[in-house]
Amino acid sequence: MSTRLATGGRLVNKSRAVKFRFNGKHMDGFEGDTLASALLANDQMLVGRSFKYHRPRGIVAAGPEEPNGLVNLGEDGTFEPNARVTTTELFDGLTAQSQNHWPSLEFDVGAINKYLSRFLPAGFYYKMFIHPRPLWKHVYEPIIRHSAGLGRAPKSRDVDTYEHFYSFCDVLVVGGGVAGLEAARTAALSGARVMLMEQTAHWGGRTPVDGGDIDGKPAQDWIDATVAELSVMENVTLRTRTMAAGVYDHGYVLGYEQLTDHAPEMAGPRHRLWRVRAGHIITATGAIERPLSFAGNDIPGVMLAAAVRDYAVNFGVSVGDRTVVVTNNDDAYLTAFALKHAGLDVPAILDARVLPQDSAVMTQAKALGIRVLMGHAVSSVQGVKRVTGVSVCSQAGEGAVLEEINCDAVAMSGGWSPVVHLWSHCGGKLKWDTANACFSPDPDRGPLGADGAQFVTTAGAATGMFQLDDALNDAFAAADGTLRCLGLKLPKGAKASKAEHRDEAPMAPVWLMPQGAAVKLREKAWLDYQNDVKVSDVRLAAQEGFVSVEHAKRYTTLGMATDQGKLSNINGLATLAGALGEEIPAVGTTTFRPPYHPISMASIGGEARDAAFQPIRRTPMYDWHNANGAEWEPVGQWRRPYAYKRGDENTHDAVMREVTNTREKLGLLDASTLGKLIVKGPDAGAFLDLMYTNMMSTLKPGKCRYGLMCNDNGFLIDDGVVARIDEDTWLCHTTTGGAERIHAHMEEWLQTEWWDMKVYVANVTEQYAQIAVVGPNARKALEKLGGMDVSKETLGFMDWADGVIGGFNVRVYRISFSGELSYEIAVDASHGQAFWDALMAVGADLGVMPYGTECLHILRAEKGFIMIGDESDGTVIPQDLNLHWALSKKKEDYLGKRAHLRSHMADPNRWKLVGLETTDGSTLPDGAYAVAEGKNENGQRNMIGRVTSTYHSPTLGKGIAMGLVHNGPDRMGEVLEFPGTDGKTYSARIVDPVFYDKEGEKQNV
Amino acid sequence: MSEAVSALKNAVYIAGIAEISEMGAVGMITLRGDLAAKPLQKAAVAAAGVNVPDQRQCLTEGTGGMAWMSPDELLIMCAYDDANAKLADLRDKLAGTHALAVNVSDARAVFEVRGPKAREVMAKLAPVDLAPASFTPGMFRRTRIAQVPAAFWMPQEGVFRVVCFRSVAQYVFDVLCVAAQPGSEVGVF
Repeated sequence: MSTRLATGGRLVNKSRAVKFRFNGKHMDGFEGDTLASALLANDQMLVGRSFKYHRPRGIVAAGPEEPNGLVNLGEDGTFEPNARVTTTELFDGLTAQSQNHWPSLEFDVGAINKYLSRFLPAGFYYKMFIHPRPLWKHVYEPIIRHSAGLGRAPKSRDVDTYEHFYSFCDVLVVGGGVAGLEAARTAALSGARVMLMEQTAHWGGRTPVDGGDIDGKPAQDWIDATVAELSVMENVTLRTRTMAAGVYDHGYVLGYEQLTDHAPEMAGPRHRLWRVRAGHIITATGAIERPLSFAGNDIPGVMLAAAVRDYAVNFGVSVGDRTVVVTNNDDAYLTAFALKHAGLDVPAILDARVLPQDSAVMTQAKALGIRVLMGHAVSSVQGVKRVTGVSVCSQAGEGAVLEEINCDAVAMSGGWSPVVHLWSHCGGKLKWDTANACFSPDPDRGPLGADGAQFVTTAGAATGMFQLDDALNDAFAAADGTLRCLGLKLPKGAKASKAEHRDEAPMAPVWLMPQGAAVKLREKAWLDYQNDVKVSDVRLAAQEGFVSVEHAKRYTTLGMATDQGKLSNINGLATLAGALGEEIPAVGTTTFRPPYHPISMASIGGEARDAAFQPIRRTPMYDWHNANGAEWEPVGQWRRPYAYKRGDENTHDAVMREVTNTREKLGLLDASTLGKLIVKGPDAGAFLDLMYTNMMSTLKPGKCRYGLMCNDNGFLIDDGVVARIDEDTWLCHTTTGGAERIHAHMEEWLQTEWWDMKVYVANVTEQYAQIAVVGPNARKALEKLGGMDVSKETLGFMDWADGVIGGFNVRVYRISFSGELSYEIAVDASHGQAFWDALMAVGADLGVMPYGTECLHILRAEKGFIMIGDESDGTVIPQDLNLHWALSKKKEDYLGKRAHLRSHMADPNRWKLVGLETTDGSTLPDGAYAVAEGKNENGQRNMIGRVTSTYHSPTLGKGIAMGLVHNGPDRMGEVLEFPGTDGKTYSARIVDPVFYDKEGEKQNV
Repeated sequence: MSEAVSALKNAVYIAGIAEISEMGAVGMITLRGDLAAKPLQKAAVAAAGVNVPDQRQCLTEGTGGMAWMSPDELLIMCAYDDANAKLADLRDKLAGTHALAVNVSDARAVFEVRGPKAREVMAKLAPVDLAPASFTPGMFRRTRIAQVPAAFWMPQEGVFRVVCFRSVAQYVFDVLCVAAQPGSEVGVF
C-alpha cells in the first residue's frame, strides 16, 4: 500500500496539516503536497478510469505529463474538470471527484469493455459506426457520448477573476531547474533584461532529488544561492507557478501564472496570462521519463521510476512497501537507492540491458543488498486495481515466466526524452539521438525569426544533456550564445558552474518488453493510458496501411488525450517504426502545438467578462434612455434604443405609438451614433467626388446632399448626408456602423493611392450629441426654445446653419429620414443630455415622445428610403436600388464606376428594388423568398426575389415591405408568393416602394 | 449654455492597487498638417503653451500640453472652456496653409491612474513596455486599453493620463478597475 513515511518530504511542511475530500471521503495531507502526493499518502492508488475500457488507473507520474490522475476539482463557482492531480497543489478544503466512471470509481459498469477489448481494436469507431449512416447521429453518437468523456462541463458561473500582463525582456528563460537557473544567471550578468519562468512552486527542478554537487556544494545550496543572487538583480524577473504555454512568431510567448490555485482564500485574480515579447528564448524545460511497454503496465502501482523517488524524497510518500524497479538505463537505480534509504524494500531491479560488466550503479545496488537481474524484463504485472506482483522473464525471449516476485509497486524507466515542445512550436526541428534513444532539438535547424535568425535556444536536459555537468555547461553556452545574438556580452571572467561527471553505462532502447512479446502480452501493453492505446493497436494500424505517423495517431487516438502524448508519443512511434520495419527518425514525430499543458479558458479571456466582456458604446443620453424604458438594440458596438416602452405596453405597441406620434406630433431620436467625418483641404472636393458616386464638389457651403459610397468592386458600402461647411471643408455623415470603417477607407485611399491629394480627414463622431427633432411640431418646439431662425425661408430643406437654440450652441441640419418636417441638431456631447432635457421640456405640450430605431426604420420604409445593411448586403449595387440618379454621369471617375461596367453588374436580370404590399394586410416575414414554378439544378425551388425590409405600418394600417425582385420595376401590380418558415404562404403585390407622401410635401414645409 | 458634463462625471475607484479617476472635461484640439512647417509649429505652440513634441512624446505645462499623434497629427490640450477660442485662433493663424484643426474635447474621456502600482495596472491592459527604464514621464503611446483604442502618457512618475473615446468611457473605467483590483499586484516594476 502507499503511505506517508516517517521521514523525508523536503517540500512538505509536516507541522501544517491540510484537510481535503476525494469522492466525498475526508483525507489528510500536508502543506506543500500536491493532490497526487496527498492521495498516495492516503493509500488512494486508484484515481480514475480509462477512456475506452474503463480500466482502473492510478497515478503514473509526478508532473504535467501525468495521463491518468484527472479529477473534477472544486464545486459550483470554482468547479474545474480535468484538473491534473500532479500539478494541483493541495489546500485546505480542496474537494475532488474522480472522472469517467459509473456508477462509482470502485465498481464501474463500463469496465466490461475490457472483456470486449478484442472487439474494440484501433479504428473501431470508424469501422463499426460508419454504416448505416443515419444511425451515427441518432443512435451511436448519443450512446457513446454518454459513456465516454472525461470531466463534467461546469454549470455555474466562475466566481474568480483573471487578467493579462504584457511583459518585455531580452532573454526569457523557461524552466527553473538548474539549467534554467544557470542560463538566467549567466544572461543576467550581461545586464540584459531576463525573465525566468518556472511551472512549479519550487526552484531547482529535479536535481535536489537526483543529487549531485555544483561548484563544490550540494545542489540545493547552489540553487538557493543562485535564486538569492537573481532575486536581487534589478534586471531579472523571477516567476514560479508560471508555465510557458506556447512560443509564437516574433519572440512572443504565453506564460500561464496560477496565482491562487494553491490558496483560494487569497485576494486577486486566479490566473494571469503573461503575454511576453522576448528578444530570445532559452528553453530549459527538462526531460520526461518514458514508460516501458510490458503487459499490465497500466495497473495502479506501476509508475515512472523518477516519480516514485519524487514522491519519496519530495513528499515523504512511499508508493509501496516492496517496489520492483524495471529499467533500461542507470538513472532508475537512483529510485532503488532512494527507496532503500527511506527504509523500503526493493526486491529486484530488472535491467533489460546485458552489459559486459556491472555499471557503477549496479555495483552500488548490489552493495545495498538489492538483487540486480541483468537481461531481465517484466513478462506481466499481477493485480487488478493495484499491483500484487510481477512475473519476470528474459528480455530477449517471448515472455516465458522465470520467476514471480511479490510486490505492491513497479518503478519503470524506459529512458528520458527532452521536452522539445517549446522548441518545436515555431518550427524547430529534431534529430534522433541514438545514444539516448530520443528525439532532441537539432541546433542547426532551430526556429527562425523575422530576421532569419534563430530565436529559441535549448539548455540542459531539454537539449538532451542529461548529466549534471553537461547540463550546466550547455546552459552557460546557451546563455552566452543568446547574448551574442542580441549583441550583448558576458563580463570578463564569467564562468559556467561546475559539477562532477557521473560514470554511467549506456542505456539500451527497449520499445517492447520482452522484445518478442506475443500478441496476448502486446494487447495488455499500454502506450497511451488516457486513450487506451496499446502496442497491438499501433501494430494493427500499421498493418492496415497507416504508414504516416500523423495518420496512425488519428486512427488509433494515440497522443490525442489531454496529456497530448507526453508519455506515449515516442513509444508509440517507435512501435510504429518497428511494425513498418523503418528506422525511428524516418517515421518522425507528430506536430507539437501550444499549449504545452492545458491552460484555463478564462485566463485567455482575461478581464473580458461580465461588464468588461465587450466594449459597449454609449451616447451622452444613454442613461436617460435606460431610465425611460429603452429596449436596447446593438448596432455595431453601440447600444441604441429600439423602442421606449411605457407602463405595461409591449414592444410592438410601443413602436406603433412612436410612429404615429412622430407622424402626428413630435418625436425625438438620439442620432449621435451616426458617423461624422470632417474632410478638409484644397483637394477635398475632388477627393469626395471620387469617394461618392454623386457630385460633392458642386455642393454650396450651407447646403446638404445625400450621397452613396461604393467600394472599388462597385458594391454599395455606405450612405449619408454630406454638408459643405466652407470652401474647403465638408462634413460627411456615415451610418452608425460605418464611421470607423469609412474613416479607414478614406485614409487608405489617401495614404496609398492618392497620397498627392491635399486632404485631411478627422473622425469627429463622438464630439457631438445629435438629436433628430421630427414631426409637424418640430419647428414649433425649436421656436419655443428660441434663438436662431429655423423658418422654411431661412433654413430650407437640405440647408444647414450654425446658431444658438435655447442657449445651446448648435449646428442644425434640415434633413429628413422620416419624410416629416425634421431638424437634426448637433451640440457638443458634454451638453447633449441638457439639450435633450430642454427639448423634452419644451415639447411637453407639443406631444413630444422619444422614438427608437424600429420607429426610425418604419418611418423610412414608409418613405421608401433604403437602409444600408437591409437593402444592401455587400452584393447590392446602387442600380439594384434604382438609385441611378445618384450615379454621376458628369464625373470622369469615382470608386465603383468601372466595376459597374462589368457584364454581371450591367446585367438587366439583376434583382431590383420594389415595394411589396401583402394582399391581406399581413406583414411579410423578414428575409422571405419569392418563388417561381419549377426547380433549379440542385432540386431547390426557383426563386425570383427576396424581402429586404418588412414592417407593419401603423400609418397605412397594413404590412409594407421592400424587396429585390427579378425584373421587379417592370412587374408592377403582379402578385408574388412568399412561403414563410411558419408553413404559410404569403401573397404580396409589387408596388412603388414609396408608400407615403410620394410628393415629399410633408418634409418640405 | 448648460454646464459641460463629462462621460462619467468624475467617477473614482480607490479600493484597488492604484487610484482610478475620470478627469472631467478636458479641452482637446486635433491638429493635422505638416509638422515641420514653421507657421504650424508657431500656431501649435501658441495654443498649447509647450514646444512641439518629438515622436511618441507628450509635453505638458499646467492645463496646456501637446502630444505627438502621428507624423502629421498633434493633440493640443487646454482647459475645456478655452478650446473654442484656441481653435479660432489656430484657424486664423493657419488660414492659407493646408491644415485641419478640430475641437475633439467632447469626443474624449480622460482618466488618471495613480499610485506606485499604476504601471502594473496599465501593463495589464496595454501591449506597451512599461518598465521604468523603457517608459518614462513625457513619453506618449497611442495603443489600446483591452479592446478599445486609447493613448496615454505619464505627466510624472506614478501617474498616467489615459485618453479614450467618450462612448467607451464606462468600459475603460471598468477594465481599469478590474486591473486594479485588490490583491492583483504583479510585483515586477
